Amino acid sequence: MNTVAADTEPLAPPPIPSWWNRRHLLDTESLSAEEITVILDTAEQFKQITEQGRQKLSILSGQVVANMFFEDSTRTRTSFGLAANRLGADLVQFASASSSLSKGETLIDTAKTIEAMNVDVMVVRHRTPGTPHLLSENVDCALINAGDGPHEHPTQGLLDLLTIRQQRGSLEGLTVALVGDINHSRTARSNIWALKKLGAHVIVCGPSTLVSPHWESLGVEVSYDFDEIVPRCDVLNLLRIQFERQYTRPFPSVREYALLYAMNKERMKRARPDILIMAPGPINRGVEITPDVADGPHSVILHQVSNGIAVRMAVLWLIAGSPAAGQQANQESE
Amino acid sequence: MSEILIRNGRVIDPQSGLDEITSLLVRDGLIAEVGTSTQNAESVIDASNRIVAPGLVDTHVQLREPGFEEDETIESGSAAALAGGFTSIACLPNTNPPIDTPAGVEFVRQKAARACQANVHVLGCISKNREGEELAEIGTLVESGAVAFSDAPAPLASTDLMRRALQYCLMFDKPIFSHAEVPELSQEGIMHEGVTSLVLGLSGMPADAEDVMTSRDLRLAESTGGRLHLMNVSSRDSVEQVKRAKGRAARVTAGICAAHFSLTDQSLRSFDSNYKVNPPLRDQQHLESCIAGLVDGTIDVIASGHAPRATEKKMRELDLAPYGMIQLETTLSLVIMNLITPGHLDWPAALAKLTSNPASVLGIPKGTLAVGADADIVIIDPHAEWTLSADDLVSRSKNTPLDGSTMLGRAETVLVGGEVRFGAQL
Repeated sequence: MNTVAADTEPLAPPPIPSWWNRRHLLDTESLSAEEITVILDTAEQFKQITEQGRQKLSILSGQVVANMFFEDSTRTRTSFGLAANRLGADLVQFASASSSLSKGETLIDTAKTIEAMNVDVMVVRHRTPGTPHLLSENVDCALINAGDGPHEHPTQGLLDLLTIRQQRGSLEGLTVALVGDINHSRTARSNIWALKKLGAHVIVCGPSTLVSPHWESLGVEVSYDFDEIVPRCDVLNLLRIQFERQYTRPFPSVREYALLYAMNKERMKRARPDILIMAPGPINRGVEITPDVADGPHSVILHQVSNGIAVRMAVLWLIAGSPAAGQQANQESE
Repeated sequence: MSEILIRNGRVIDPQSGLDEITSLLVRDGLIAEVGTSTQNAESVIDASNRIVAPGLVDTHVQLREPGFEEDETIESGSAAALAGGFTSIACLPNTNPPIDTPAGVEFVRQKAARACQANVHVLGCISKNREGEELAEIGTLVESGAVAFSDAPAPLASTDLMRRALQYCLMFDKPIFSHAEVPELSQEGIMHEGVTSLVLGLSGMPADAEDVMTSRDLRLAESTGGRLHLMNVSSRDSVEQVKRAKGRAARVTAGICAAHFSLTDQSLRSFDSNYKVNPPLRDQQHLESCIAGLVDGTIDVIASGHAPRATEKKMRELDLAPYGMIQLETTLSLVIMNLITPGHLDWPAALAKLTSNPASVLGIPKGTLAVGADADIVIIDPHAEWTLSADDLVSRSKNTPLDGSTMLGRAETVLVGGEVRFGAQL
């Protein structure tokens, strides 16, 4: 592969299927298996382009992406920012602490103000479920949910799927366990819906105060016995315990949680030899995962991070680069 | 001597059991004759194909004045009541200042008299400043006209205070209106805790929060002999508990708000804050239990639960948006669409829960077409199909999720004290 030559030729962007008509990405629950597959395929192509040494494209040049994070985030905000940069889009960083929100402006007014600066795509993170939906009904630009409270974090779910697919070729028939605070986890929800659509068997496992039995009625296996499920799993996704989201401590101590649910050396011995260890991060070392496992040969945690950029490039491209988006922009300018 | 003849309507008076096509004569503000053979009067309203009933009575609405006039005023709220067929409403004391003094009661009564819309009765605070700590001066509030007592929409968390309030009100034979909720269990949640809240990641208010408090209040009502009105039952177990308590002859009545037999938690899938109410919209099974409770008489009263909130307050993130839905102008249609049309209740049974039963809970001489009673009358077109437009509603607030919905049936003409105050001009 001659990377110098590749740099001098205009690069064909990944094709967008003619049926693609999604303007927003608010959740994985409403995505079809076909849509998920298109996003993963597109991400794969961007990943190859990036690995070929071409760091920056210009296929979204002239478009403006606004990172609107109303809740702390380092990796997701950075990842979306990098993805927008690599596609050639202009990036606006919006920090809620320094904005008019602290002067009493409502969220909708803030969003309308940002939109008036010719923003094409808003990437929104907020502590409250449904806020991206609320904004999508009040602004005309495209909207990507980067995490709305415990509801969904669709790009995280999609990058987890991409990571598994890269390692296993397919999701069909795999047993994937999500372990930890399922009830408060947007990552769990976005994973569950997407995994099920692509044919995986999903287990949710954790303390009974954090894993509702209602998950069963949603087609998910519920387990409170981590040791029983470890030998059956192809993938373990170890979710972070979100101390900041719980009103009352749902388990007696971190020590007891680690005893019951931490993935450690002992449990690794009983796992399948090809098990994949994942964690959406940031990880609490020693709580849900011990350092030797997090840094061990089965861990694909850092793959998840690099896949995150590819998935976000794919989502931005599909939403902002699709003919449907272009038509809308033309109509608005007429 | 002024006379109005309401001719050829289906006259339903749940209290007397009357249900026939006949005419009704109003004279000098009172019901003069029912089933009259009089053919002519000073004024005549033709009520053919209409239902003629006592003006509807609402046990609890929020009028927001004084203090929250951006949401509603006594005038706008009592006018909205008339537009919905209600001729008497009782307002909650969640104003600023709360209605915990005779001056507060007097303020509402004077404002309501000046507005000259629906009759407005006052629910006084149970506790001083509605803080849930010590009893308000209930005796003087009774003297100034308060008809019942409540700290709603806040629950009365203190068990000791609830017990004292029930005991103290025995002296005046006034009921305590309880909004049954254990605050530590509901945690200011956004919706009913169940499968839908799990999918949406929205903080849940479990039915346990209502049921545990219902159980406490029923226990205390029985042990003290006090009068308890559970104002907004919404869960299966609470309906069951009330049924059993009534079987033991406790002095308990129960009400339900229109939303709770009409909508479920599935509505929150839209993330529309207009569906955020307290008690929360529950799931289909709870809704069916509530309807069963209405059918078997466990639930005596249908209230609007009218809770107006200004758009700028409601159009916020779901955790910041206040609870509440306006319902004065939609309750009658929801009763027709969700209870009468499907055959759960017939007209007399439904009207009893909107007229004589709530009047009896409030202890006011309303909700009747008895000769000599105040001529508070609603003439209902049960077949009218109309499209709800929030902008056209009389209420100052527009927080209804039903905007754009097709509704069935509405109040066409409303008389208060023999005077047409809504609809047909004579």
